[in-house]
This record gives sequence, C-alpha cells and structure tokens, in this order.
Amino acid sequence: MSSRSLIGGRRDIGDIIFFNVTRLFALLSLLLMAGIIVALAIGAWPAILKFGTRFLVTQEWNPPAEQFGALVPIYGTIVTSLVALIIAVPVSFGIALFLTELSPVWLRRPLGIAIELLAAIPSIVYGMWGLLIFAPIFAQYGQPFLTATLGHIPFLGALFAGPPLGIGILAAGIILAIMIIPFIASVMRDVFDVTPAMLKESAYGVGSTTWEVVWNVVLPYTKVGVIGGIMLGLGRALGETMAVTFVIGNTNLISGISLYAPGTSITATLANEFAEATPGLYTAALMELGLILFVITLAVLVFSKLLLLRLARQEGTKT
Amino acid sequence: MSDAMMIEPQVALETQMAFRDFDFYYGKFHALKRINLEIYKRQVTAFIGPSGCGKSTLLRTMNRMYDLYPEQRATGELLLDGENVLDRNVDVNVLRAKVGMVFQKPTPFPMSIYENIAFGVRLHERLNKGLVTERVEWALRKAALWDEVKDKLGQSGMSLSGGQQQRLCIARGIAVKPEVLLLDEPTSALDPISTMRIEELITELKEEFTIAIVTHNMQQAARISDFTAYMYLGEMIEFGVTDQVFIKPQKKQTEDYITGRFG
Repeated sequence: MSSRSLIGGRRDIGDIIFFNVTRLFALLSLLLMAGIIVALAIGAWPAILKFGTRFLVTQEWNPPAEQFGALVPIYGTIVTSLVALIIAVPVSFGIALFLTELSPVWLRRPLGIAIELLAAIPSIVYGMWGLLIFAPIFAQYGQPFLTATLGHIPFLGALFAGPPLGIGILAAGIILAIMIIPFIASVMRDVFDVTPAMLKESAYGVGSTTWEVVWNVVLPYTKVGVIGGIMLGLGRALGETMAVTFVIGNTNLISGISLYAPGTSITATLANEFAEATPGLYTAALMELGLILFVITLAVLVFSKLLLLRLARQEGTKT
Repeated sequence: MSDAMMIEPQVALETQMAFRDFDFYYGKFHALKRINLEIYKRQVTAFIGPSGCGKSTLLRTMNRMYDLYPEQRATGELLLDGENVLDRNVDVNVLRAKVGMVFQKPTPFPMSIYENIAFGVRLHERLNKGLVTERVEWALRKAALWDEVKDKLGQSGMSLSGGQQQRLCIARGIAVKPEVLLLDEPTSALDPISTMRIEELITELKEEFTIAIVTHNMQQAARISDFTAYMYLGEMIEFGVTDQVFIKPQKKQTEDYITGRFG
C-alpha cells in the first residue's frame, strides 16, 4: 500500500464523470424551465402586442371577433384557489394535530395512510364525482344552508347569494380543497413529528394544554415547513385542470361577487378551447393565459420565500 | 454505626413531596420499585446513580410528564402538600404550574425572550400588561439573566448562548411561581463557567423554591444539594443528608459508586 502514489490514480476519472453527470442533470432542469418560458412568450407574442396590459383587465372573450381578455379566467383561478386554501389549511392543521398529538397510537398509521391515499385518486375522478354526486347534493342541501347562515353576515353574505346551482366557483374551490388537503396535512404531520419531544415537554411542563403547546410552540417552531406545505397545496390548486373544468361551470363572465356563480379558470379555459383554437391570435391568447398562470405560480413561490425571510428576521435568528 | 456520626440538618424540615410505596412501569418494564422518599421544602435534593437507574424517570413522575405517553403508568402514592398527585382528578396543568421543570438541554420556545417567560405566566394568571412585564423582570433577575438581556427582550430566545438559554428556561420555570422546581441534568450540555453560574443560581433559588435535581456529576451533587438519593436499577439504595451520604455512606454500594469503583 505504501507504494501507491497520493496523486493521480483511476478514481479521479470516475469522480470527474460523476460530478459532470450530476451537474448536467441539475442544469437540465434550469434549461427546461427557461425553454418553457421562452416558448410560451414567443407563442403569446402576437396577443401581447395586440392587447398589451388590457388583456389582464378586460372580460370580453370573443374568438370570432378576435377580442380576448383574461380577467374572468384569472379571477376564477385565484378565487377558487383562495377558497380551497381557506378550507384546506384549517382542516389539514386539525388532521395533523390529531395524528401527532391526540390520536391513539394504533390509529395513527391507518389514518395517515388513508389521508395519503386521497392524494392518489386521479383528478379526473374527483371531477366526475364533483359533477355527478357532489354538485347536486351541494345544490340541494349545502348551498341553501350556507345562504341561510353565512348569507346573513353583512358584506360577507353577498358571497353566498344567488341561485343554488351546485356547480360554480364555490364547488370548484371545495373540490380543490379536498384534493390539496392530503398534501398539506401530510407535510404538516411530518414537520410536527420532528419537533423535539423535549421542546414539547417543556411547553407541557409550564402547564400548557395540548392546544396551547401546538399553537404557541409547535406551529411557530415548524412554520417554515408548514408554509412550505401550504405553498405546495396552493401550487397544486392553481394548476389543477380536470377537476376544476368539470365543476366550475365554464362561463366566461363575472356576474357579481357571489361564489355560487359559475365561472372559469385559466386551466379550464385552456382545456376546453385549445383543441378548437385556430392558429393566430386565438392560439396566442391561450398561450398568454398559460404564461400568466406560470407567472402567478412563480409569484406565489417568490412571495412565500420573502415571507419566510421576513419571519426569520423578526425572530432575530437572521439579520 | 454510632449516632454521633450522623450529621443533622440545621433547620426544621417540612415535607413538600413524598413518595409512598411508589412503583412505575414502562409498559411491562418495572422501572421504579417501591420508592419511599421525602422531598423537603426549600431544600435541594439530588438524585445520583448510574445511567438507567431511574433517577430521571423519578423526576418525570413528579409533574406527571409521563401522562403524555400512554404506555407509562405509576402506582402507589405521590403526595404534594398532602394531596395525591397520581389521583385521576388532578388537573395536570395546575400541577405543572406548581411543579416546574428544566431539561438536559436548553429548550427556549420559538418566540422572543420576553414572550418565553410571559407565555407561561399568562396561561395561569390574568394579569395586565404591566404586571406581566414586572413578572418577566422579576423572573429574569432571579435567574441572574436580567443584566444580559434587558436591552434585547424582543429578540428570539434562540439567539442566546447555551448557558443563557438554560437560565432563560429556569426563569421561565420560576415565572409561574411554582413550589417545586425539577432540574433534569440542567448543566450536562453547558460549559464549566455556565455550569458554575447555574449552580450558584440553584443555591440562591432554594431560598424560595424546593429543588429536585438529577445529576451525573457527583461533585455537583456534593456542592449544591442538602439531601442526596442514590439509586440503582430502579431502587432507592440510600437517601440522607448529602454530607453524610458522601462522607460516610451507610451502604457499600453507595460507597463504591461515590468513590468511583463502580458506575
């Protein structure tokens, strides 16, 4: 062994190849992303030139007259995703809290697996279920109940007004919520689980209840993971296509602020219209919709990073 | 053994906590066997013994921390001021306000220094903001931390050094005005200077609080405690006045452990 030289040798070459292969894979993802943005931008260019920023704020969507405005799909995408988050975050928090702190040990695994399995259901199945089973029941019982209760709150009540059709923005938001709950809940459960037992015991040690421990200690301790989980869910909600297309109503019109109204989302518009779009301005407008969705998703990501940075600063752990 | 050798404590002793035929189980494992023991008011009681002897387990029964784990259970009696802590109807949140705990490693909560202490106070008492602030200052002074943190109460508790964090945890423990303070190897993760400060602190705190401390460091037990309990394999081998346990132990086992022939 003493005769082996310290310099050179065959392992060098292997390491160099390995290093370059992994670097190639990593760079490939960056290239792909840049390529997709460029392709979308080029495809959308005619529409961007023709409509400018008007595209973002006008409602009219008239293919024969070649007039396109994206306000309705943008509104639908954002509102359905917000509704989904408002429902899914507290429910997921409850699920994670139960699974990590309250549930008897023998129930933890089966329940955890069941929740993860919810994520394995194909989105088109959610769509069919939403349209054929959920929407009629929701129209008959859910919406009248909401109108009778939340509908009486000043200002907020206007969100729950109008004829109960079943399908519409609210139904799409609820279906989306069901779809993203498994993601948010399992991330929350995992990060709650890695909270040091000693930290939790310290909080119990000053006489906290389970709720006080989780709300005041576990949640702040795990906030980076929790926000990450919520953003993962939001990303999914923004991009979800099939399930939303089935239940949102596909109407290119904003008729007041009621969540009962049918509408459309960026993804639903794309799914419905891409096959029949004529080349030219129509296709370019659809491409621009895709670009907008991309930008919204990117903005959500950047926003969440900034939020985490601000939280870290407030805490004084980073300056 | 002549009685003349016994060293009697100087003050009249009052019992704060008492174990009576106390047994503890981790599932089927019998971890503590027939423990009978008095913890005296405003005295420091140290628990020593080799790893796995049950001294930490014993400490964790005193605020019923084991309640968090369904497979752990205790039988017998554990009295706090005459009331049985093991009783089903005991409100553990009130119990834990009366019996505070500090752990091996500093565990500051993920919030500001001020909030770390105010948090526990607000759980148990409805005080206005001024009184809470007063209490925070009182606790930080008691824990000998005030001068170091008074200008940065809004900063994260996690930004402090290890020794400061541990004193913060002690301040947090005494802020709710407990009767008993449980210290589970509180200096095992600290450097010698921080350890010395905590030891000085313990000596000051016993003026007001009853202290039970688990330690692996026998010099520490000898320096700071009034009573010492030597445990081995879940049994209480010897319990007595610290000076006596260290200078003239009654049992050979204790002597072997203390002199380093075993352990």
